[in-house]
Amino acid sequence: MARFILLSGRSLVQGVAKEAGKFSDKYLKEVTTCQIDPDDIKDFNIEPGTNVRLTAEDGSSVVLKSTQSSLAPHRGSVFIPYGPYAGILISSKTGGTGMPSFKGITIELEPTTDEVLPIKNLLEVNYSRGISK
Amino acid sequence: MTVISAVLCPGCGCLCDDTEVTVEGDQIVKVQSECAVSTSKFLNYNKHRSTTPLQRVNGELVQSPLNDSVDKIAKMLIKADYPLIYGWSLTSCEAQKKGIELAEEVGAVIDNSTTVCHGPSILGFHDVGEPTCTLGEVRGRADLIVYWGCNPSSAHTRHIKRYTSKSTGKFRESSERKVIVIDVRKTPTAKGADIFVQVEPNKDFELITAIKMALQNEEIEEKSVAGVSIEQIEEIAEMLRSCEFGVLFFGVGLTMSEGKSRNIDCAIGLAQELNQWTKFAIIPMRGHFNVTGANKVFTWQTGYPFAIDMSRGYPKYDPGQTTTIDVLSRKYNDATLVIASDPVAHFPKNAVQHLTSKPLAVIDPHLSLTAYMADVVIPSAFVGIETSGTAYRMDGIGLIMRKVIDPPNGILPDTEILEMIIKRVRELKGE
Repeated sequence: MARFILLSGRSLVQGVAKEAGKFSDKYLKEVTTCQIDPDDIKDFNIEPGTNVRLTAEDGSSVVLKSTQSSLAPHRGSVFIPYGPYAGILISSKTGGTGMPSFKGITIELEPTTDEVLPIKNLLEVNYSRGISK
Repeated sequence: MTVISAVLCPGCGCLCDDTEVTVEGDQIVKVQSECAVSTSKFLNYNKHRSTTPLQRVNGELVQSPLNDSVDKIAKMLIKADYPLIYGWSLTSCEAQKKGIELAEEVGAVIDNSTTVCHGPSILGFHDVGEPTCTLGEVRGRADLIVYWGCNPSSAHTRHIKRYTSKSTGKFRESSERKVIVIDVRKTPTAKGADIFVQVEPNKDFELITAIKMALQNEEIEEKSVAGVSIEQIEEIAEMLRSCEFGVLFFGVGLTMSEGKSRNIDCAIGLAQELNQWTKFAIIPMRGHFNVTGANKVFTWQTGYPFAIDMSRGYPKYDPGQTTTIDVLSRKYNDATLVIASDPVAHFPKNAVQHLTSKPLAVIDPHLSLTAYMADVVIPSAFVGIETSGTAYRMDGIGLIMRKVIDPPNGILPDTEILEMIIKRVRELKGE
């Protein structure tokens, strides 16, 4: 298990795909991607394309697909496009500003054989009511 | 087939006004735009939506009459001790004004999505002011552009071409402009910059402070600050000081990282100090197409730009208490109306947990993730495509969004739906 700084944010593909629908394959693929620096991938023996589990300080976790970042170097930090998967990891502490920390929080990352959950299942597992779809 | 030119794009805070839309029958069949997000929006806006109101019955959303759905929302808001009304960044100023009226009527907290994007920027403006200018002035005169904690190549895809390094203005050729990008990763925007400065995550405040010290020729007793060498800091300071007209555009990389509003205080201070030597302005890169309008309208109506608690019968503004994430994560509210936003897709987990554990209604053109988890959903007309309305560009310029196509039968604009809810609330209260 390795410790990283999590950065969530906009990506062009996420911005385009959300307009095509948040249940579209394109959106799901983009928002379940964890972009990791190539040197970190080597150091932690992560095979790009395999799944990784990210766990926040409060114990909340999600499984995402690892990929080698094309925006390197950014050793020690990983990037996830905005979406309901990133939201699971984000702290709601706002420090009196109202703004949660979408960027710059500490997470633990480890390889896993667990599957990436479809959005419907992700919401059902984490929230008190399921979605009607 | 009808070709409509000079259509404003409801894609982001740039509100580009040169989109060309081709309509055939009741469909948009072609979009002439250089922006992938804009094209996707115009061609997909009519997908993944319901054309009738929905209500949750035995766990499933089923079609319901409009009047009954309006009645359910009115009763939900009246019954709640402390309702939250959230969203507003993807609708018109006219609808936002109705929202304030509704919040006052039911004693709700009303907040817009500024609260999770540039809320800290607004707090910074409260603290130290806002040396700003319009995007037209940037295009016409700016010779130095700084993008800090933002990536317009992905999020505001035409910003660079229309207003900054690739644009030619009345008094400035594109070849005369320099661009500095400061970010934690080498983003597509950084790859096109003259200088890329990689700052360590959560260290923006330190770097801004070091640049301010270098501007004043103060000695920095370190080899590097925030991962940036002193030589590069001094180079940046000299570029900032020696330009003719500089603009610092900043994004949520500053507002969401450690320091939050203090990062913005510091960045504004940098822009202000630079006016000792040259002309310098600072502009937040606003994301949703009318989030700036939400700040304007809320301020006209209540005196405050977001996070307004109307539960006492008068507006109270207390970021950190009355902001949506704090209201939800501390479980203050007991019902929520979401309009023109999709918090389930973006909010932190425990905020969504509380949101979905209490009565929840949604007004939105799309069947968003939040709509799928709601008790009542009223579909609305898409502002800027199916209905007109006022919106504010990221630099505070008010523009009229055009209607290019009719909405499906029975789909009303947000303004009319809100009027119906306000009327029903007043009837139920016996007014």
